[in-house]
Amino acid sequence: MSRTIFIYAESREGKLRQVAKETLGAAQLIAKEGDTICAFVAGSQITEAISAILPYGADHVVTMEHADLVHYNPDAYFAAIKAALDQMKPDIVLFGHTAIGRDLAPQVAAYLQAGQISDVTAIDHEEGETIFTRPLYAGKAFEKRVFESTPAVVTIRPNNIKPAELSENAAPSSVVDIAYPAPSLRTVIKDVVSKATGKVDLTEAKVVISGGRGVKSEDGFKPLEELADLLGGAVGASRGACDAGYCDYSLQIGQTGKVVTPEIYIACGISGAIQHLAGMSQSKVIIAINKDPEAPIFKVADYGIVGDLFEVVPLLTEEFRKVLV
Amino acid sequence: MKMVVLMKQTFDTEEKIVVKQGNIVEDGVKFVINPYDEYAVEEAVKLRDEFGGSVTLVSLGPSRAAEALRTALAMGADEAVLISDDRIPDDEYAVSKVLYTYLSKENPDLILGGNFSVDRGSGQVAIRLANMLSIPHTASITKLTINGTTAEVHRDAEGDLEILTLPLPALFTAQQGLNEPRYPSLPGIMKAKKKPFKTYTLEDLDLTEDEVKPATKQTELTLPPERSAGQILIGEPAEAVSELVSLLRTKSKVI
Ligand SMILES: Cc1cc2nc3c(=O)[nH]c(=O)nc-3n(C[C@H](O)[C@H](O)[C@H](O)COP(=O)(O)OP(=O)(O)OC[C@H]3O[C@@H](n4cnc5c(N)ncnc54)[C@H](O)[C@@H]3O)c2cc1C
Repeated sequence: MSRTIFIYAESREGKLRQVAKETLGAAQLIAKEGDTICAFVAGSQITEAISAILPYGADHVVTMEHADLVHYNPDAYFAAIKAALDQMKPDIVLFGHTAIGRDLAPQVAAYLQAGQISDVTAIDHEEGETIFTRPLYAGKAFEKRVFESTPAVVTIRPNNIKPAELSENAAPSSVVDIAYPAPSLRTVIKDVVSKATGKVDLTEAKVVISGGRGVKSEDGFKPLEELADLLGGAVGASRGACDAGYCDYSLQIGQTGKVVTPEIYIACGISGAIQHLAGMSQSKVIIAINKDPEAPIFKVADYGIVGDLFEVVPLLTEEFRKVLV
Repeated sequence: MKMVVLMKQTFDTEEKIVVKQGNIVEDGVKFVINPYDEYAVEEAVKLRDEFGGSVTLVSLGPSRAAEALRTALAMGADEAVLISDDRIPDDEYAVSKVLYTYLSKENPDLILGGNFSVDRGSGQVAIRLANMLSIPHTASITKLTINGTTAEVHRDAEGDLEILTLPLPALFTAQQGLNEPRYPSLPGIMKAKKKPFKTYTLEDLDLTEDEVKPATKQTELTLPPERSAGQILIGEPAEAVSELVSLLRTKSKVI
């Protein structure tokens, strides 16, 4: 029987996020012949995001535009997606495991009385069954999970699943706008202080430069930021650095922080506690810069430099600048 | 104010994970209150001390979870409920259904939980509950202020700070930075022993095994491939750095 796969194509400030293409890629991995993929774009001023998703091979694109959707409000967004779900009646609903997806997916799962598999890093098929791989204990173990019932809700971890590819002759067969149901909102957004605007999102970054207690101060993050800017990456931190007040907790990587899987992870002045390793050990290439040759971080690093980060990081920035021009 | 804290017992974050015959080994493992739930307990106790009322802890898990509940009682919570039944599967759909069945009769003003549990890390149960109970919620909060029947919260959303207001009853999940959890004091530990502690099974909640059938199932459990130590680049910093960049291009092919 053919199924409808529904993806939430996340946008931010009117722009389609990379994770939206990965979510669509995940839907294409799940889809069997005859299945229909429907992408949902919601927000305020989303014309650009809509045109951005069109060439990627969704069968239908459903859109919803309203001023209430300018920032993520759980009440508004749930009402919005509910209207779209009621119309499309999907068998599978997919989200990115982002701040929005983590909040919206469980609401949708509760509404649909569905199972949900969160933070999926790989999707495979075995004997006709779709198998979802996800981390446990922040990556200290992995499990494979299957659904026992439909509908099904899935969130996928950014940076892990191959994004949908541009396909010239695959324009969606329909683009339909659905009216925002205008619910009365219980939750009111009073203010949004954007600290991350314009920066590369940590969980999506291809390069992460992290600082630990070794950076010694808020200012100590400056050389790391310079390197991150040059490489188009993001800055992260250990809990040691956060606890010391050198940076915001939102930068924390680890078992009780964010889990990142970039291509390059550079740990600067981080000892390599087990809770920190849990959040970054799945990175493709790990580089450690630490004064202490005995630091445990060297046990997981692909490349290590024993030295003072305040000397090594600026040199590294210079060297990258040389080869990247 | 009547408050409920959703709590889970998890492995100490220091623990290494060992898999034997497809299961995670629990022998000799140290268990703690899920670190995020600890912030939730602390916040509830603080609010109770400020506004009066009560803090009820609710945990679903094996009988060993009683230890975590005792610790949270010693931190100042008033009573504890442990829902423990081997027939409840490890699946968020089923778990939230059981918790909903219990909570729908309680009508608390405030429900607090952790941002996610550091073991399964799926972050579903609390938000599912808010939806099932038809109350508003904010996840990942770093500040909570109660003004009469409204709450003002700060939410950490991928680095941005959102300031929101919502009416009570409401549900919140705690993010690091919300507060500094206290250690249980000796008098607290003594008092905890006398506080009400209830244990429920499916029957006590009028649920059947059939009603809590899982919606998802684990088919395999593995450890990630071990990372072996790589190469230390020796020499002057400038040399090491240029060797590193060259290795990233030629050997690792990431730039
Ligand atoms: C419940 C719980 C949860 C936790 N969750 C997390 C988590 O999610 N993420 C996390 O990171 N931690 C977490 N931790 C904390 C963890 O145990 C460590 O305390 C923390 O990771 C240490 O941070 P650090 O490596 O920056 O600091 P330290 O351990 O103090 O290490 C600093 C390092 O910097 C090096 N150094 C100093 N100066 C320089 C210099 N000039 N140049 C180069 N190197 C230098 C030193 O040699 C040292 O190795 C958690 C702890 C608990 C109890």
